[in-house]
Amino acid sequence: MISNQKQNPIAALFRHQIVIPIAALLLLTIFNVLRDTSFFEVTLKNNSAGNPVLAGNLISVLDNGSELAILAIGMTLVTAACGGQDISVGATAVIAGSVVMRILSGGEASADVVHAPIIIAFLVCCLAAMACGAFNGMMVSVFRIQPMVATLIMFTAGRSIAGWINENKSIAITDPNFAIAGTFIPGIPVPTPVFIALICFIITWAILKFTNLGLYVQAVGINEKTSRLNGLNPTLIKFGTFVLLGLCVAVVGFIKVSRNGTINYSVVAKDIEMDAILAVALGGNALSGGKFNMPASILGAYVIQYLTTTLYAMEVQATALPAYKAVVVIALVVLSAPKVRDSVSGLFRKMSPAKQSGGAA
Amino acid sequence: MSDQTVLQLSGIYKSFPGVKALQNVAFRLQKGEIHALMGENGAGKSTLIKVLTGVYSKDAGTISIEGKTVQIHSPQEAQNAGISTVYQEISLCPNLSVAENIYLGRGEGKFVSWRQMNKKAGELLDSLGIHVRPTQQLASCSIAVQQMVAIARAVDMDCRVLILDEPTSSLDESEVQKLFKLMTDLKKRGVGIIFVTHFLDQVYAVCDKITVLRDGKLVGEYKIEELPRVQLVSKMLGKELNDMEDIKDEVQTFDAKKAEPVYEAFGLASSEGIEPFDFVIRRGEVNGFTGLLGSGRSESVRAIFGADKATSREIRVEGKKVSIRKPIDAMQLGIAYLPEDRKRDGIIGDLSVRENIILALQVKTGFFRPFSRAKQVKFAEEYIQKLNIKTASVNTPIKSLSGGNQQKVILGRWLLTHPKYLILDEPTRGIDVGTKVEIQKLVLQLASEGMSVTFISSETDEMLRTCSRLLVMRDRKQVGELTGDQLTQSCIMNTIAGGGAK
Repeated sequence: MISNQKQNPIAALFRHQIVIPIAALLLLTIFNVLRDTSFFEVTLKNNSAGNPVLAGNLISVLDNGSELAILAIGMTLVTAACGGQDISVGATAVIAGSVVMRILSGGEASADVVHAPIIIAFLVCCLAAMACGAFNGMMVSVFRIQPMVATLIMFTAGRSIAGWINENKSIAITDPNFAIAGTFIPGIPVPTPVFIALICFIITWAILKFTNLGLYVQAVGINEKTSRLNGLNPTLIKFGTFVLLGLCVAVVGFIKVSRNGTINYSVVAKDIEMDAILAVALGGNALSGGKFNMPASILGAYVIQYLTTTLYAMEVQATALPAYKAVVVIALVVLSAPKVRDSVSGLFRKMSPAKQSGGAA
Repeated sequence: MSDQTVLQLSGIYKSFPGVKALQNVAFRLQKGEIHALMGENGAGKSTLIKVLTGVYSKDAGTISIEGKTVQIHSPQEAQNAGISTVYQEISLCPNLSVAENIYLGRGEGKFVSWRQMNKKAGELLDSLGIHVRPTQQLASCSIAVQQMVAIARAVDMDCRVLILDEPTSSLDESEVQKLFKLMTDLKKRGVGIIFVTHFLDQVYAVCDKITVLRDGKLVGEYKIEELPRVQLVSKMLGKELNDMEDIKDEVQTFDAKKAEPVYEAFGLASSEGIEPFDFVIRRGEVNGFTGLLGSGRSESVRAIFGADKATSREIRVEGKKVSIRKPIDAMQLGIAYLPEDRKRDGIIGDLSVRENIILALQVKTGFFRPFSRAKQVKFAEEYIQKLNIKTASVNTPIKSLSGGNQQKVILGRWLLTHPKYLILDEPTRGIDVGTKVEIQKLVLQLASEGMSVTFISSETDEMLRTCSRLLVMRDRKQVGELTGDQLTQSCIMNTIAGGGAK
């Protein structure tokens, strides 16, 4: 009886969701160690502004992975509540970025000094992205359209809208203050997006800790009818997750344009929606909704970026990159499927209690 | 009976993490026999059925059909071996038509003749006396009809062993009679039927033999005439039982004049099409809605709770005029509602017992005031103990609990909100005798502490035992109110039928 109740610790470990992204992280690291240890080199060098900054593949993972991680936060909530994903986050990020450029450039083609306070530009871009999120949310929660179909509208139209906001001009803003959010704070060698992501994580942690968002979202995602009979408003909750995702998208859009200083409507944040969805999946969250694990999603986002950077380091051609990524992703997602995890943990359980039950009998 | 064993199970073991669900269980079914499988919740009935139908794989033991040992690894293999099942919870596809559900997964060729299929389904349904169009979408049928369709599907598959897992829990009396007739027909054709139910009357009405399980172990196999009811119940519970007789004495006479009304409605109606009715319940009163299935019992209480879109001239709670438009309004006013369909409306399957217990209170307290983990555990443990819920831990997902224990969790969820007025819609459906008595006793105890309770049950004797006033529904209309001396089986039947007491 007792041996039955006590689970093998290794088997129990495999049931933990966060093990999947950790395992993927370790695998990639081992691969890189075997391939070329210079992958891990981090150097301190001066950037164009003359400040000493850290550079290297790992820094690049942290830097770019932070954008993905911020998106993964919102994507996790949408997935959990609605049982579907928002594929328009890339397009919406461009809209958000375009709004920022429009406000800061004051309608000019280029600006050495920003025409409006940066914080105002940020707040307006948040509103714009949240409005896009609200549109998606309304389609999904009120009109009950499947999330992927509903967000297909914004996915298709988003980049055109973004171009229209700035009359398709490719604006350049060279104000060093504007570049801070996407590059470095003078005197600090760690990329700013890392700090922005940290702030987002802390806020998310606080929201999940000090409100019932987690419980409500999961309840609605698992059983909408029951949730309603327990006093929840599923429509409002689903809608809310899309608006929150909009906020995450705004932050990412802002970082993107700050990093580049210019905007290219058809290239910025391209395919980022797929990476964000993969991050959620790699975190072991069911894409059909229900229970979620936020830290696992966030870690998943960094692992996806780690993979991308590894492939770049292997000098895989940019055009061939998605194909390589797909292969790795298939392996990761299959490994993280509950069915495979169950059988893996079952394998471990069989291996060691074999002695225990032998002793008991 | 000669030795015509169609199905033999021996030495079956099955365990789940933390639970030994079956230990050395044996079972024997003969041709043309209706064999009741009895036991409390968690006794292992459902697990045994699932092992037999390939849903779970057994840890040890043998299954043989007509003398040949078979390995059953999937429901499909069970079907091919001639074992058909109708489950307790309807497991058909609600979005398909009735005919599609009957023939789903059974096509021989690649092509389907829809007309032929619908025609065949129509003939089958007619022969079973089920009144439903083959092309109707299953979800639009009542639960009872869905259940009947599931049975029709099983019957149509040329089965040697038919398992009926709680088929009658959502059927009304006339439908049950139809089913019994069907079972007897099949029995004559030599089909062995395993019948799992909690209704003792039904066991004694149709069965030939009874096998009793308790705590995952076999208690014994008995011929029906050799096992009186009292002994059956005591074998299931593992103790002598006189609770059933006791409970009647505990009913306190409720004096309607002294108590003030807790909830009053005037001209209450809902989008589900019940006729406007007036309703009042007083402090400490237990009343009930009775009537045939589909008569509007559930719709009435759903209207009270705001679960369906409801309209009314006036609603008062404790004398104050209020408006109840959605469930949260009712909850804030101290009304709680345990829904009829546990799986669809009651549980949040993937969430833990703890989260399921705190949910309603948590929603009531508000978005920005979550309970600490320690407090959640305290609440959950309080009700696990109070209601004697059998669960491995507070963090076990509720879906892995047995039906009765799930029901107790939902009950605990609402008791935790400390309601003034508790509505229980079929709280004892599909759960065992012991738990039924526990719930009935609890209702009476709560009422004596001042809570008002509306109790709905398909079993009239259960309502007679608990309620001091019964509202009789017919065709979505209130047709009578029974109190005092009128609370008898015959009086209820008369009122439902349309004659007698008004």
